[in-house]
Amino acid sequence: MKSPIKSDVLPGTVGEGLSARGVSRREFLAFCTSLTAMLALPPAMAGVMAEAISRARRQSVIWLSFQECTGCTESLTRSHAPTLENLIFDLISLDYHHTLQAASGEAAEHARIQSMKDNDGRYLLIVDGSIPMGNPGFSTIAGISNYDMLMETAKGAAAIVAVGTCAAYGGLPGASPNPTSAVSVGELIRDKPVINVPGCPPIPVVMTGVLAHFLTFGSIPELDAQGRPRSFYGETIHDRCYRRPFYDQGKFAQSFDDEAARHGWCLFKLGCKGPVTYNACATTKWNDGISFPIQSGHGCIGCSEPNFWDAGPLYSALSMPVSATSAMLEGAAAIGAAAGVAITWHNRKTKSAAKAAHETVTVQELIREDK
Amino acid sequence: MNPLDLLTFARGSAMNWALMIFLAGIVLRLFEIVGLGRKHDLSRARTVTTGSGWRTVFMRSWPAAGMIKRDPVTYLAGYVFHIGLLIVVFCYAPHIDFIRSMTGLNWRGLPSTLVDAMALVSIIALLVLLAHRLTNPVKRLLSGFGDYLAWGLTLLPLLTGYLAFHHQLFEYTLMLSLHLFSVELLLVLLPFTKLFHSFTVFLSRWYNGEMAARKGVVS
Amino acid sequence: MSANLSRGINAFKEVIDAPVASFFSSCVHCGLCAEACLFYTETGEAKYTPIHKLEPLRRIWQQEYTLTGKLAKLFGLSKSVTDEELAEWEPLVYDSCTMCGRCSMVCPVGNDITYMIRKLREGMAASGHAPPDLIAATTRAVNLGSPMGIKWLAVLAQIRHVEKDTGITVPVEQADVDYLVLMSSMEIINFPEYLAALSRIFKQAGVSWTLAQDAFEATNSGIQIGASDLAREIVSRIVVAADRLRVKCVISPECGHAFTALRWEGPNLMGRPFGFEVKHILEVLDELSAAGRLKTKGHDQRPLTYHDPCQIARRGGVVEQPRRLLNAVAEDFREMPDAGTMNWCCGGGGGVSANSRAEPLMLQAFRHKKGQIEATGVSTLVTACANCRIVMEESLEHYHMKVEVVGLTELLAQYLDEDKTP
Repeated sequence: MKSPIKSDVLPGTVGEGLSARGVSRREFLAFCTSLTAMLALPPAMAGVMAEAISRARRQSVIWLSFQECTGCTESLTRSHAPTLENLIFDLISLDYHHTLQAASGEAAEHARIQSMKDNDGRYLLIVDGSIPMGNPGFSTIAGISNYDMLMETAKGAAAIVAVGTCAAYGGLPGASPNPTSAVSVGELIRDKPVINVPGCPPIPVVMTGVLAHFLTFGSIPELDAQGRPRSFYGETIHDRCYRRPFYDQGKFAQSFDDEAARHGWCLFKLGCKGPVTYNACATTKWNDGISFPIQSGHGCIGCSEPNFWDAGPLYSALSMPVSATSAMLEGAAAIGAAAGVAITWHNRKTKSAAKAAHETVTVQELIREDK
Repeated sequence: MNPLDLLTFARGSAMNWALMIFLAGIVLRLFEIVGLGRKHDLSRARTVTTGSGWRTVFMRSWPAAGMIKRDPVTYLAGYVFHIGLLIVVFCYAPHIDFIRSMTGLNWRGLPSTLVDAMALVSIIALLVLLAHRLTNPVKRLLSGFGDYLAWGLTLLPLLTGYLAFHHQLFEYTLMLSLHLFSVELLLVLLPFTKLFHSFTVFLSRWYNGEMAARKGVVS
Repeated sequence: MSANLSRGINAFKEVIDAPVASFFSSCVHCGLCAEACLFYTETGEAKYTPIHKLEPLRRIWQQEYTLTGKLAKLFGLSKSVTDEELAEWEPLVYDSCTMCGRCSMVCPVGNDITYMIRKLREGMAASGHAPPDLIAATTRAVNLGSPMGIKWLAVLAQIRHVEKDTGITVPVEQADVDYLVLMSSMEIINFPEYLAALSRIFKQAGVSWTLAQDAFEATNSGIQIGASDLAREIVSRIVVAADRLRVKCVISPECGHAFTALRWEGPNLMGRPFGFEVKHILEVLDELSAAGRLKTKGHDQRPLTYHDPCQIARRGGVVEQPRRLLNAVAEDFREMPDAGTMNWCCGGGGGVSANSRAEPLMLQAFRHKKGQIEATGVSTLVTACANCRIVMEESLEHYHMKVEVVGLTELLAQYLDEDKTP
């Protein structure tokens, strides 16, 4: 029989919610220990985090979905058992989310406005999907353009999290030719910190970790130059990949499902972008740590990097040119040949002219008269 | 601009232009040289000879008797550098892949750790060669801007590649971009500097061997 | 009309061909050519680096025949070749280079630097930047028939001496014979033993031969000074005589550059292949020996060594023949270090010995040959070029070395078994 969270659990707090859901103190501490490790914090912080989170009021969260595929939400909600990923829903009060909320229509928008009023300056704004700047009509909610809704909602937000590569960097809508002139949250919000949690979709536990950090410390975690939490995005897939020894030994799969691929050799030649992709896939993995793309035999596509869709064909290795064609090379050789013929013609002209200008040397003419 | 965008540019249009200029440059320079032609030699060539143009193309890589002792630095550092460079360029899997994408040719590479060691050894050899060029009176007399430029163009890809491989100096994606830019710079300037010897060495040795062979001498 | 800079630059433009362009494109400034050149190794002066001697030609090639060079010239970014520069280069090209060809053998990228020096001299001569002594020698060669001013009458006098010594008539102006024999001025004046030796050898071998009155001089000052127009004039005398006398073969004597002038440059200067063969005397003797027509008796007991004249061995392809011949008549034939196609120049070829200004440098360069001889421990040095012979005799004298220099043909004749008639 699991003992519930401590009896001095305060009402309206996260601890209360957890207790109500039957999450034991031991389980909760285990969750916090894992999170502490993933956030690269000292082990002692586990207890501090557990305490802070149980006392915390459930954090008000407004989730705005713009030009997105809902994949980020799908990722976050994917679970078969209570997991760290799900913990997020115990930590927060999700006041507005298109897919997950019960309300719809005017009632839903009213809930958003109300939450903004009630928690002014304290709510967390999470955004997924990119914002079209070409024509406000490309993407609207309740007749309000994405841009207007973002700017309005961002005003009273304590912090903003751009979930998924679309919100963080423009993502798929932003890929060439970017017909909607899609931009990222970070390009629009300049006066507040924006935490980018990229990935297509992002690893769910990253969300949990960011939130846990926020609740424990009241601040956002350390971000890298692309605005991503360093603890999750500080290393490349390549540097943590279990197939790295094969890369170093020069053992590569040449095609999908060939002999080498079945041996589990490196997928560099099949276009793996691991070396230039910063994410936690190789360590934290997906689906409760079951696997990640490379382990399943497909190279990393670099989905947590800005403009990864435009970074060359997915199946072209990093060492390959992105767009060079044989037509280009043939054309260049042809131009070189044409120039070569022209210059040869000119050279021969110079030489014939010199030959024609040759004055036969006689012994009298070996001496310089002006010497 | 973020590092991945820069890398995409380095792998994209920068690479395209570099490859095109490189190819056009090679073809142009070869025309420029061979197009001058040479007068047919009317003297009777010796019919019995062990020399030939092709023989010299290969055998000139073996130093002439007594020469190593006279200038061991140039020979030793020169060989180490060239062999190291060739291993790095042609025996490293990502490089082989690059060539494969351009030509369709493919072959097995060497383990990356070995290639890494060769890169370091080549860099050291280049440093030794620079020191020698700066201190040896003959080389000092012969050397000018072109020689030092060629040295830099050759060093940079090795150095940036080494640094990228070891995650030194700059973040990996940026370092990789710098490596590609240094290679592109080398490609663009190679046909128009003494680095073009990488192509004309075969032609020059062939002429040398052929002219000597018709006289019955193995050169 | 006088020599002037524009004629020189024009000549530079004329001589540049695909090999020259390839060579200049390949040079990586490694400096190894200096290590092969005795003028550098014996002086340590970097300016004697072979490829450095070619700088004026290189710049003309760059400015006239390369796209980047032409563009640079267009934008005023190139350095023109001037009289001052050519004057500065004159001693580099003529005093410190014998066109011996060692540099061409060691260049890692395969440059035939010697080939280019020969072409460079065309422009040097046409612009009036050849050494005065060489100009004088060439003038005598063209005007008088020989660089030392020797005329047929002097030759005739030597012939009489030789006939008296050998008792064999020297054929003159005989048509339809096997061989037209040429001599070098050096031999006519200093080594008449050569002609005597030939008389006896040819008599024993049953070979028909002749001298030509208007073409007895083998040497070619035009080759040394580097003026093809003059070289052509000089070599044409031989070709005309050989055609006139309908000989099968012309023999180039014990002289280095004479062989180069006739055998390799001759047809190209004349613009047509020869109707006769050209052989070096060593080749002829070796053939006769192989055919059993050269009978010798006895062996020279002196330890001796052989100096390979550059134009005959490395630039001519006659390497094994002298060795076969020497082994037939020498008991103790020792090879010097680097013998064969990598042997070191005597220091006086290619016009250097005719250039009095170059004498101190030539003597300094001889130190290498001195070392090679000393390494063998011999006191008898055999060679097959009269110029090498005189250069080495004088240099050995200068260094107080008791070494005798002997011509190979002459040595062979000493051991001729004249009792046997084949």
